[in-house]
Amino acid sequence: MLSKSQARTFFLGGTLVTFLVFIALTVYSFQPKNDQTNHDKIDAKVIRGKEIFEANNCMGCHTIMGEGGYYAPELTKVIDRRGEAFVKTVLQSPVPWGSRGRKMVKYEMNDVDADAMVAYLKWIGELDLNGFDRVVSPLSKD
Amino acid sequence: MKYKSQKVAYWFFALCMLLFTLQIVYGFIMGFARIGMDGLHDFIPFNTARAVHTNLLVVWLLTGFMGAAYYIIPEEAQTELVSVKWAYVQLVSLAVVGVVAIVGYHFNYWEGRKFLEIPRELDYLVVVNVLLFLGLILATLYKGKRRTTTALVLTMGLVFAALLYLPGMIWFDSQVTDSFFRWWVVHLWVEGVWELIMGGILAYLLIKLTGVDREVIEKWLYVIVGLTFLSGILGTGHHYYYIGVNKIWLVVGGIFSALEPLAFLAMALFAMYMYRKGEKSHPNKIALFWTIGASIVSFIGAGLLGFAHTLPQTNIYTHGTLVTAMHGHYAFWGAYAMIVLAIISYALPNMTGRKRYNFDAGHYAFWLANIGMLGMTVAFGVAGVAQVYLERIMKLDFMDVQNEISIHFIVLLLSATMFATGIVLYIIEFAKHGQPTDEALNMVEE
Repeated sequence: MLSKSQARTFFLGGTLVTFLVFIALTVYSFQPKNDQTNHDKIDAKVIRGKEIFEANNCMGCHTIMGEGGYYAPELTKVIDRRGEAFVKTVLQSPVPWGSRGRKMVKYEMNDVDADAMVAYLKWIGELDLNGFDRVVSPLSKD
Repeated sequence: MKYKSQKVAYWFFALCMLLFTLQIVYGFIMGFARIGMDGLHDFIPFNTARAVHTNLLVVWLLTGFMGAAYYIIPEEAQTELVSVKWAYVQLVSLAVVGVVAIVGYHFNYWEGRKFLEIPRELDYLVVVNVLLFLGLILATLYKGKRRTTTALVLTMGLVFAALLYLPGMIWFDSQVTDSFFRWWVVHLWVEGVWELIMGGILAYLLIKLTGVDREVIEKWLYVIVGLTFLSGILGTGHHYYYIGVNKIWLVVGGIFSALEPLAFLAMALFAMYMYRKGEKSHPNKIALFWTIGASIVSFIGAGLLGFAHTLPQTNIYTHGTLVTAMHGHYAFWGAYAMIVLAIISYALPNMTGRKRYNFDAGHYAFWLANIGMLGMTVAFGVAGVAQVYLERIMKLDFMDVQNEISIHFIVLLLSATMFATGIVLYIIEFAKHGQPTDEALNMVEE
């Protein structure tokens, strides 16, 4: 029958081993040869776009890479689906965007910020998401 | 209640009740917005309501865990808390940081990172607050007469929870890296160290309520938390399937997250077996209901419903849909909300001296809240499966699908009303117990 000290060893040993494997896999995932994100294409505009995305908590309604609020459309392939002009129109709208019945916060972005958001969403759209990009891409309709 | 300083837990529990109430109010705002009733949009848009709803959940659960620790640790260590005054300072500062954060969300003062919306400046205050809390708990354990496994597991969970908050404070230029390390906080909290806290509280309650030998309960506690980490740490990989990192996570995450229900199954079997084995018939049946209920509902919510969409082949379609909301609601309710309500139900009569053990309102609260939450889970589930089929398979437009499934949110709101009624009854019972008193010290506990 299992003793208390054996149970403790199972807990401590199992935790240590799996944690070390987890760290090793994390290091492996972020080696440049395993990059699936075109990390070298992240420029000042993309970073500015990410800052705007976070400052306005866009993820609180939308999803991006499948993560977010499930209240507004997935943004992973939004440039492919809607095009740059449509995305900029929404971001620069002087009234809350709500053409399909669900209102968005009015952002009235200037050109610089709207361009940064487009750059950020374009970068997101080019990620290799292990197949999920095809599920949310217009190409997957074919 | 054996130690005067345990009374401080009452005020943490009272803050829990307040924050929980607010969380439900914001949940209703979101539910009504989903059926087109968004009259508050100009003041409380959906992203604000969501940030408030989820952050209040995290804060009230953490407040409950802290209250539980202040109640359990003195009794387990057989000594008074090292400083009651500093515990109150910690409580007030926690409440102030929470209120500033929640108010700030209404004015775009946030980080916009799911579950970790608290702005960076307030993050530092959270760190100071948690360090103060841990200092008080660890110092109490250090000067205590005994160090039990229950107290150590509970404390280990709290220390790891504090450490794991730190990766969430690092800024990354890449959304992918940002998400990767955000899950170090969120996943390793809820499917890792919070389970240690839950296990610690559960073990304490089972020792008290069933009278089963401490050595037996604590041995199995080690096995359960061992299973939790064995599956949960590498199970983090199920969040990495489709966020732009290596395919190795499809294999690792798939295998280990499929094992995650084992820890919850073990917890449910453990609780039921100890209940049957126990020779003690504690009169506080309400606390027993919440305790055993937590172990069973957490297995269904976190274990089974998590397993339902954790394999990569399924998750590629369910990722980013309401299926996640289904699992999230029942998992948080069963694993964490119910265990906090269990320890409150157990501790309250002991702190106030009012043994309102078996009042009807307490039973109604339990059943209404549980049936209501089950209804909400089913509504989210049906809406989520329909969304997956229509949007991901049939390729209909997002808003067309949302309009199709909006009927399920009426069911959700009706169920939420039942749930809220249960919680209101629970809070009324809480209030009827009155405040803690020294007269309850060493009162005979059946």
